[in-house]
Amino acid sequence: MSGESDPQQVNGLQGPAPEERPHPSGRRNSQGIRIDPEVEAEPAPRRTVISALVENEPGVLAKASGLVSRRQFNIESLTVGTTTNPETSRITLVIEESEPGIRQVEKQLEKLLPVISVQELSSDAIRRELVVLKVPGNEPDKVQAVAQMYDGTVLDAGPRTISIEITGDEGKIDDAIDAFQQFGIRELARTGQTAMARGDVWTTDVEEERYERMHEDWRKQSTTANDD
Amino acid sequence: MSEQPPATFEESEEDTANDTVEIETETEIETPVSTGASSVIRALEVAGVETCFGVQGGAIMPVYDALYDSSIRHITMAHEQGAAHAADAYGIVSGTPGVCLATSGPGATNLVTGIADASMDSDPMIALTGQVPTAFVGNDAFQETDTTGLTAPITKTNYFATDSDSVGDTVGEAFAVSGTGRPGPTVVDLPKDVTNGQTDREPGKPRTPSTYDPPTEADSEAVEQAARTLERAEKPVILAGGGVIKGEASEELREFATEYDIPVVTTMPALGAFPEDHELAMEMAGMHGTGYANMAVTHCDVMLAVGCRFDDRLTGGVETFAPDAKLLHVDIDPAEISKNIAADVALIGDAGTVLEQLEDEMERAPDIPEWNDQCTTWKAEYPMDYAVPSEASSDDSPTSSRTPQDRPLRPEFVVEAMDEATSDEAIVTTGVGQHQMWACQYWTYRHPRTWVSSHGLGTMGYGLPAAIGAKVAEPEKQVVCFEGDGSFLMTCQELSVAVRENLDITVAVLNNAAVGMVRQWQDAFFEGRHSASQYPWVPAFDKLAEAFGAQGFAVHEYDEVADTIEAAVAYDGPSVIDFHIDPGANVYPMVPSGGDNGQFALSEDQL
Repeated sequence: MSGESDPQQVNGLQGPAPEERPHPSGRRNSQGIRIDPEVEAEPAPRRTVISALVENEPGVLAKASGLVSRRQFNIESLTVGTTTNPETSRITLVIEESEPGIRQVEKQLEKLLPVISVQELSSDAIRRELVVLKVPGNEPDKVQAVAQMYDGTVLDAGPRTISIEITGDEGKIDDAIDAFQQFGIRELARTGQTAMARGDVWTTDVEEERYERMHEDWRKQSTTANDD
Repeated sequence: MSEQPPATFEESEEDTANDTVEIETETEIETPVSTGASSVIRALEVAGVETCFGVQGGAIMPVYDALYDSSIRHITMAHEQGAAHAADAYGIVSGTPGVCLATSGPGATNLVTGIADASMDSDPMIALTGQVPTAFVGNDAFQETDTTGLTAPITKTNYFATDSDSVGDTVGEAFAVSGTGRPGPTVVDLPKDVTNGQTDREPGKPRTPSTYDPPTEADSEAVEQAARTLERAEKPVILAGGGVIKGEASEELREFATEYDIPVVTTMPALGAFPEDHELAMEMAGMHGTGYANMAVTHCDVMLAVGCRFDDRLTGGVETFAPDAKLLHVDIDPAEISKNIAADVALIGDAGTVLEQLEDEMERAPDIPEWNDQCTTWKAEYPMDYAVPSEASSDDSPTSSRTPQDRPLRPEFVVEAMDEATSDEAIVTTGVGQHQMWACQYWTYRHPRTWVSSHGLGTMGYGLPAAIGAKVAEPEKQVVCFEGDGSFLMTCQELSVAVRENLDITVAVLNNAAVGMVRQWQDAFFEGRHSASQYPWVPAFDKLAEAFGAQGFAVHEYDEVADTIEAAVAYDGPSVIDFHIDPGANVYPMVPSGGDNGQFALSEDQL
């Protein structure tokens, strides 16, 4: 394979230089998508909710949150809690990503072994968040009035502080916080969103089958109990 | 390739309750299980493990004690990183998970580089780490580290063993998960109370959990769409990735490519997936790929990518990567589809199965004689002919009167000479750096599982421990290790292991007294400011080898090359050749980081 050449040119190979080569006409965008000259728009980020059904085992939350952080997904909130089945938990993520990013979040989560099923919820899904906020206690009537406007519940009231709980979708919580700002919010804690598919739709695709199986077991158990 | 298929991962038919994959193996039961530790070892025996690599230490001692009664061969490495790399290479060469053991704390953290390496390259490997007793966990006990926390991002999955009865099954599951679907490393962290605890429970066969269900066949509509696209292609290219080798699909790939006359480009981990002496072989694409491979990739109109993840070292800037190509992407991992390059057709499944599906679906071959001619022309236009100083190459009978400085030894020449002196089946391992690229470019790979390197992580020092793992996995094959002086110095203590185990491996150190790739980049991009890249203090590697008990050689001149290689290869045991190569030699072609593959530089002035 070795050829002869000028010792000056010891470092390098032969062939047409870059400017002498043909060039392809196409191009991709930064997300690796071939650019169609007619539709050149880059997909814009949007806010969406991803629900993941996971095995309820130690470390699963760390694995999910670690994944989100190391792949630099833009996450708004992450909540976790058990389901009707004590062996499974539901993780609800609110993310703001472009379309390819959302698909990546789904697929990367799906790859985690303790993750059973992952689903992006449609825009009409039920979404709820809870906020607890604490304001000074010197204007109890006004605080009570604002709390009522947002269907809030007073959890604790004293001469120095009043604590209120408000539940709702993200927009309502944001508005309520704005409204309470006039009193000077001393402390605030938000849970992040939890969500569920609306109507006769299962939140993730395996849940119907799991529900049927669980009910089958219950039926069997109750039949056996009745026999006794 | 070994005659014996590496492992039989079969769907268990008896088990209708869930979709687990059970690994069929044959074992003889020896001593009954009495403790968690003996259950761990039994699980390895049941999984068919014959060899493991590791280093002893406090928290892993119960496991080592159980290993004392086992027929499993243990190779004590000089450092845990070496154990991880050896197990990784064992997994690459054999196709079944390599096993490494280490104690808690520093033992586990020393494994981390090797685990990350296996993770980036999707290599089957299982690491068993000792851990402080459960009651001490979280108290910053002696040699305690959060091993599952540390390794979560670099494993396919990991486990913290919680009781002596189930620990064997956990190890079995870790083994099964590692080798099934897209392979990857798994870790089982073993607290000392769990391994010391009493149990008589025999672990079952290794099986994956019911939530793990890797796909096999691709969606038939996608296959149809892919076949129609390929039939109509004018400039198609097959891009073979490491998944071709891991999926044992080299034969299917060759059949498919030759039947339709489609040129084959490989990624770096896929060296050997397609024979490089075949007329359709365009060899490696990417940063230091051949000019013709990069031209084919840049100008193709349809790309059939099989088992690759479109790493940035392959794509360069994604904006200019195969910009006119419709991408038909075959991968067993759905997350790889459209991760870096958007796929036009997603073929999610096992590489060999999907290639067969595609072949069945194809109704005619694409009509591409012009494209094939174009590829041949590019091969002629961009030959990998490195320049040897004219005094050397024009002189048929070189005289020894010339000083080494007059005829600096070209590293490419050394790689070719090593290739010539060894069998076609020889296994090549490398460290990371310029020497690794020359080994990619100038060795002719013909068979899968003959190329063992650190691709994704780029771990300097990988070569020697990998050569040990490869030789143990394939004792009948020649094993050649290319290293650089900088890279070799990172793990050269593993020579003590090669000598102790009398492993017949040949290490070729391409010594330019520098971390050459860094030096090359400094010359190209940092105005030649050689910050911390020159190694004027490099030891004499031949003498170093002899101090370890290996055979050492040093080569300065062209006319010593062939004879020395012959002597080193013939030596029955580990040998090291210190090749003093041209310190100015650089790797070309080169696509600068994030650059356009079609604009590869053939020399520094083109960068």
